Amino acid sequence: MRRAGSSRVLAHLALLFYCLIALFPTLMIVVNSFKDRVSIFAQPFALPTAKTFSLDGYRTLAESANFPLYFLNSLTTTLGSLLLILFVSSMAAYALSEYTFRLNALTALYLSIGIMVPIRLGTVGILNLMVSLHLVNTLWALILVYTAQGIPLAVFVLTSFMRGVPRELKEAARIDGASEYRIYGLTLPLIRPALGAVTAISMIPIWNDLWFPLILAPGEKTKTIVLGASAFLGQFVNDYSAVLAALTLAIVPVVILYVLFSRQLVSGITGGAVK
Amino acid sequence: MSVSSTQSFSPARRARRRPFPLHIVVFLAPAVLIYTVVMIYPILASLWLSLNHTADGVNTFVGVSNYQRLLGTELYVQPLLNALKNNLIFFGIHMLVQNPVGMLLAVLLTLKLRGTAVYRTILFTPTVMSVVVVGFAWKLILNPAWGVQRSLLTPLHLQALDLPWLGLASSALTTLSLISVWQNVGIPMLLFLAALVRIPEELYEAARLDGAGAWTVFRYIQLPLILPTVGIVSVLTFVGNFNAFDLIYAVQGAIAGPNFASDILGTLFYRTFFGYQLQPGDPNMGAAVAGFMLVVILIGLLIYLVAWQRRITEVQF
Repeated sequence: MRRAGSSRVLAHLALLFYCLIALFPTLMIVVNSFKDRVSIFAQPFALPTAKTFSLDGYRTLAESANFPLYFLNSLTTTLGSLLLILFVSSMAAYALSEYTFRLNALTALYLSIGIMVPIRLGTVGILNLMVSLHLVNTLWALILVYTAQGIPLAVFVLTSFMRGVPRELKEAARIDGASEYRIYGLTLPLIRPALGAVTAISMIPIWNDLWFPLILAPGEKTKTIVLGASAFLGQFVNDYSAVLAALTLAIVPVVILYVLFSRQLVSGITGGAVK
Repeated sequence: MSVSSTQSFSPARRARRRPFPLHIVVFLAPAVLIYTVVMIYPILASLWLSLNHTADGVNTFVGVSNYQRLLGTELYVQPLLNALKNNLIFFGIHMLVQNPVGMLLAVLLTLKLRGTAVYRTILFTPTVMSVVVVGFAWKLILNPAWGVQRSLLTPLHLQALDLPWLGLASSALTTLSLISVWQNVGIPMLLFLAALVRIPEELYEAARLDGAGAWTVFRYIQLPLILPTVGIVSVLTFVGNFNAFDLIYAVQGAIAGPNFASDILGTLFYRTFFGYQLQPGDPNMGAAVAGFMLVVILIGLLIYLVAWQRRITEVQF
């Protein structure tokens, strides 16, 4: 009994220590972004006090960059892609889980290739495609690419959840004369946790991506927050207050979203990848 | 209802036979279409482009000669081998540090300690942040100009370690790998955790009755039962690492400095395709680098499927 107690303390200590490692860089950035230039360097570990508090960095940021626009671009791209992913993947998942037809297994296999083969390897082809569709430097290019990227895993996760919806419910609706489309609509609320999981798991890589914005939409009007931040950080590399403020603005919204969605995210990753 | 989707659509035939389930096509079409047009087709088009030479906007089929250039000329093979070597080191550090640490954290989280959910949330936080932000945050912290590193190391009498880790050719790649490990350790942690919580409680109880310690429980119960997850985590790490780009680009730029010491296949692909400084970009050679990356990733997947999965089945039966 005593041994179990002391090993518990050790486990707590190990976890606390690793939490410190996980939080330390973020805390350093956020805390120092609210201090004046002198105390950023003189006392990097101190909390801002009335004397050292300063919003200089945020002021530079407001004057020199289009951050609100970048933010809106990221939001549009992420929400647009998520809506499309959820809509088309849930329909495909419904068909794959509900009907037996000759090409069922083959379609499922075809769609799951994308889980393992990174879409980035098609970049040259994607750029050519977007050029010929006149979609370069539009958010549509990004939305389409992220939708294609998100479909494989979303279909995979949603199909396994849809299989869990009781058959009797759908048969009862069929007897009542509901159309197949109506029955699909009826199943959606039943798999809400799965939809939440897919949202959480797809959202983060889309919001955080640098590669495709850099290649498909580098224009000033279509920059996402990650691309805008990376350009800004490179340019202001010696202005610590501004850089720390930019980093803080890039960190805080994602972390808030994550804390809100963390349960769905965990169930999405663990349920989807290990099945 | 087993009806081929290639069946004729003509109304006359439809009236005679069972009605064609058009709704299946409607349900599947949007996803299959977007996925095919924006993902599968571009990948195939890239591979096709790597077998062509483009001059004045005209594509000429040249077979594998781009690959011969990639693997046979000094200009291309030297950076390619350097990037491949660096990528293997990058992957090796993830396998040796990220996945064992992730497993350890997962095992600790299964002890049903108070506050497990809070620990889990905090430990996964770095993973949700943008790679660009993470890279820059670490770049600042490791920058000798700020002095965070110095004020941490001085009280420990480790001043000798106060070096510009990202600026030295000898340490840049390892430092970047460890930053990536710091960010991504949450993923193996969650996957191992998911596998660990599925282990039936009776097994632990039996072990406890036999007086087994934590190590014995881990070695003889937990590890064998999560072996399939070890395989999945390894293959995910492999695909992710051989496809990595953002962190190195954000911290060291497209040149992957210092002096290409941190160049991996992703940054090499970007430079070959888009060019840098005085070297113009070459879409065909870029596509060839992507083709090479695809081959590397497929070899990794194949090793996993053939070697690992077979071994797992042998262990189980």
